[in-house]
Amino acid sequence: MERKRGQQTVFFKNKPIIIGHYSLVGPKEGKGPLRDYFSKIEEDDLFGQKTYEKAERTMIEQSLRGAVENAGIKFGDVRLFLSGDLLNQIISSSYAARSFDIPYVGVFGACSTMAESLALGACLVDGGHFDTVACATSSHFSTAERQFRFPLELGNQRPPTSQWTVTGSGSTILSCKGHGPRITCATFGKVTDYGINDVNNMGAAMAPAAMNTLIAHFKDTKTKPEDYDLILSGDLGKLGSEILIDLMEDHGYKLGLNYKDCGQMIFKRNQNVLMGGSGCGCSATVLNSIILDKIIKGEYKKVLFMATGALLSTTSSQQGESIPGIAHAIVIEGEDNE
Amino acid sequence: MQDKVRNERYNNYVEAKIAKTHAWPSLFNSFWVGGLICTIGQLFNDVLLLSFPNMSTQSAWAFTLIFLIFMASFLTGLGIFDKIGAFAGAGTIVPITGFSNSITSPALEFKNEGIIFGMCAKMFIIAGPVIVSGTVASMVVGLIYLFI
Repeated sequence: MERKRGQQTVFFKNKPIIIGHYSLVGPKEGKGPLRDYFSKIEEDDLFGQKTYEKAERTMIEQSLRGAVENAGIKFGDVRLFLSGDLLNQIISSSYAARSFDIPYVGVFGACSTMAESLALGACLVDGGHFDTVACATSSHFSTAERQFRFPLELGNQRPPTSQWTVTGSGSTILSCKGHGPRITCATFGKVTDYGINDVNNMGAAMAPAAMNTLIAHFKDTKTKPEDYDLILSGDLGKLGSEILIDLMEDHGYKLGLNYKDCGQMIFKRNQNVLMGGSGCGCSATVLNSIILDKIIKGEYKKVLFMATGALLSTTSSQQGESIPGIAHAIVIEGEDNE
Repeated sequence: MQDKVRNERYNNYVEAKIAKTHAWPSLFNSFWVGGLICTIGQLFNDVLLLSFPNMSTQSAWAFTLIFLIFMASFLTGLGIFDKIGAFAGAGTIVPITGFSNSITSPALEFKNEGIIFGMCAKMFIIAGPVIVSGTVASMVVGLIYLFI
């Protein structure tokens, strides 16, 4: 049977089912507004390890094991592990995969990795290539600061447009059988660069990519923003979200009250995070806590989850290059929304 | 070409969209914290001269500098200095305390990459440019001094 296809959107025939999810966060996130929704809050941001890099690996290990347990399956039932993170050569994911003894594919989409791995995982499950796929990602404030910015103890001031990298890891288990929310389609985004150079303004750098993906999604699926209970962006932050709303309006789409941004949901205003949260872990932990919980409870029936990423490296930014952005989106529908 | 126009327009739009911050509160905080650091230094200097009447002013200055450098480094290690710096901005960066913090913080950060190529090499990633420009400037001034 011919599959329905869009320009950038894949429609799933055997809709992959989200059978398990898990979110693990650090102490600062644990004091935020979503604290009651996270699966686990760890008070020690070193997670009992000697370095923050090792701590980030431990987070992925723990969140994946938690998700497998949440799914009620055996660890050996997972046929493929798709994961990525922000560190050079995605070491957190690859080193965590060392202890799993399951086939592993490392993916990189910067902060869009959760949506990217879920979209790819859904394709593989839908195509019948794997029965059960695990998708995960993580970020850690202290490893990201070390790689992209300044030493932790440096007494500098943060620019007002900057965001705060979330310490957290989220994992989702997709399967061809079982009960739970379903992924119905996925839109893969194009790399979009509107010439923003400021590494302290990721929201503005990623918003055009988010706009492109959203427009492509609405055109391919012949839907409007009102057709979704929730449109969720990953980590555009306050400024980036406002820009996205403006850009969408220029193209005739009105994002209303059903539009939210994970970066603005995860922290309180008074937590000194300026524009909000960022990092792979931001969208991953928000999706794998409050959002999936509410879809399972039936509070949301149809959610468009779009995570955005800034595809820069420290070398490219030091050489004065602008910041390319990317955004991938998936649609998650409640189980009885058939 | 079209992209260039689009990017320029977008950058201008973003620039206008960024909420303007007011300089006065930051200036006020950096002024009084910076002033306080200098006052502490002066106080230490005066107490030193009073306690040791035989000490030369030059030696007292040196001890005061050592004291300020040590305190900044110590507070960095305790994880307090970055909070003061985030509050006071240039108030802590301009005095010698900022220089001390900019060397101690990378030393702490990179010590887990080894003593030699981690701590020792990366200790200067922030202070390095300051040292280089200071050295070059003193060479230029020295040359001028030689010929006048």
